Amino acid sequence: MILADEVRHIAKLARLDLSEAELKKMQKDLSKILDYFNLLKNVPLAGQNPINNTKAPRGTNLREDEAKLKRVGLAEKLIAAAPDKKDDCIKVKNIL
Amino acid sequence: MDLIGFTIAQAHEGLKNKKFSSKELALAYLDKIKKLDKDINSFLSVTENLALFQAEEADRKIKEGRISKLTGIPGAIKDAIMVEGERCTAASKILENYVAPYDAAVIEKLKKEGVVILGKTNMDEFAMGSSTENSGFKITKNPVDLKRVPGGSSGGSAAAVAADMAMYSLGSDTGGSVRLPASFCGIVGLKPTYGAVSRYGLIPFGSSLDQIGPMAKTVEDCRLVFEAISGRDEKDATSADYKFTESHAGLRGLKIGVPKEYFVKGIDKDVEKIIRNAIKTAQDQGAKIIEISLPSVEFALACYYIIAPAEASANLARFDGIKYGLSEPGKDLLDVYFKTRGKGFGAEVKRRIMIGTYTLSSGYYDAYYKKAQAVRQFIKQDFAKAFEKVDLIFCPVSPVPAIKIGEKTADPLSMYLMDIYTVSVNLAGLPAISVPVGKTGNLPVGLQIIGDYFHENKILDAASALENA
Repeated sequence: MILADEVRHIAKLARLDLSEAELKKMQKDLSKILDYFNLLKNVPLAGQNPINNTKAPRGTNLREDEAKLKRVGLAEKLIAAAPDKKDDCIKVKNIL
Repeated sequence: MDLIGFTIAQAHEGLKNKKFSSKELALAYLDKIKKLDKDINSFLSVTENLALFQAEEADRKIKEGRISKLTGIPGAIKDAIMVEGERCTAASKILENYVAPYDAAVIEKLKKEGVVILGKTNMDEFAMGSSTENSGFKITKNPVDLKRVPGGSSGGSAAAVAADMAMYSLGSDTGGSVRLPASFCGIVGLKPTYGAVSRYGLIPFGSSLDQIGPMAKTVEDCRLVFEAISGRDEKDATSADYKFTESHAGLRGLKIGVPKEYFVKGIDKDVEKIIRNAIKTAQDQGAKIIEISLPSVEFALACYYIIAPAEASANLARFDGIKYGLSEPGKDLLDVYFKTRGKGFGAEVKRRIMIGTYTLSSGYYDAYYKKAQAVRQFIKQDFAKAFEKVDLIFCPVSPVPAIKIGEKTADPLSMYLMDIYTVSVNLAGLPAISVPVGKTGNLPVGLQIIGDYFHENKILDAASALENA
């Protein structure tokens, strides 16, 4: 059973506010799910490389590192979506 | 004239021969939605103004003789896919009032064809779920049985098509979210090869797993939509240079693999009977049935439920109350993050973020995430070996038909287990379809056909032969 303190620590890392009830349920659910993951101990691995090298055909799909002009008005729409803004900047609380 | 229920090809003929206009077709579907959707709850938003605007544009195009196969054809879009100027919520309270500032690449492509977009469909929040019960807003009912779920996470998209409220829809599939609802609702749903369809403008869940897929009543309709949305997009570096070409080889001589591990404990007896029947039908039409072994299926679910939440925990970090979406007041920046995410995310989303954060955290990364990545290679190799011997793999989509609403919501793991046959396909990046092949009682059962990379044409061809059987 994952410890309640561990659950609190993970919630902190994930920037999630969890109520006491949520923490209790999370502890129960996570424990069951993490227990299920134990079956991976039985996988007959023969030195599989964990790096993802899919067989699917892929060229060099990276584009040139150059600024491309976007549609007029897109930047304004993006700023407009921010909950707090000033002129054409997104406002955030003090970091320092 | 009843304009509801045509296939895309039939509607195309009707529009071309001026039997009816795109506007009349759109109005018929909008009217059907008004009458029926209060019972089904497929749609989160009905984009009536957009639909009528597009229909009028389509009619103009048709008049000028510039009609293409999807011009004027009304469809529905999963609410994880951005349609400019319309709300895009991913069925989450954290994006309840978010309006898409740009079109997804697939929407750009469909708009070029002149389609009509009827609305945005309900889904499990951030595509996390197998029943659409995790939506932050409403529960979608299965049109076949209103007490049952339509499957998930693209449940709204499946229900809209099954209930004739859209001629086709777009869903997204990360661990089965197009194939499972297609199976539960009795329609066709295709998950393309990873990279076949651009993910630009799809709100991401698992970036190495997600694919947008078409859902429709017939295989041919799915094919038409897939052809329109697939192909290289310079805004998605993972999209492939892929040009779809049709295949009409039929079932004769086709080597079909049936994985023995997919028919062991837990599968509903009727589901098994229907699937084996479909396999027999293929055999009767000249296909060669070969029993294969995919031992990795035992580990696929655990592998998926480590990798997908890990990627999700990274992808959902952007929802912090700063750039868009819900923003809760807080005493400092950190407080804004905690409160916004605490309030805006539903239980399943929080659960998966927690799993992902845990398995990526210091001390656990090697035992879980790194291990899962190695298992992922094992799964890919398993399929690669199989495709040396067979052309396609036939198996169930799900061990059970559509479950009752509320049946599995208390036990997350029991819900995850419904994905047991679909997740390995996403882990390997392969294409797969769900095509309806029978019913248990009145509940549809879909056959899953898995193909090798970029073999959608073989899959569609085989599925077409079986849907007419």
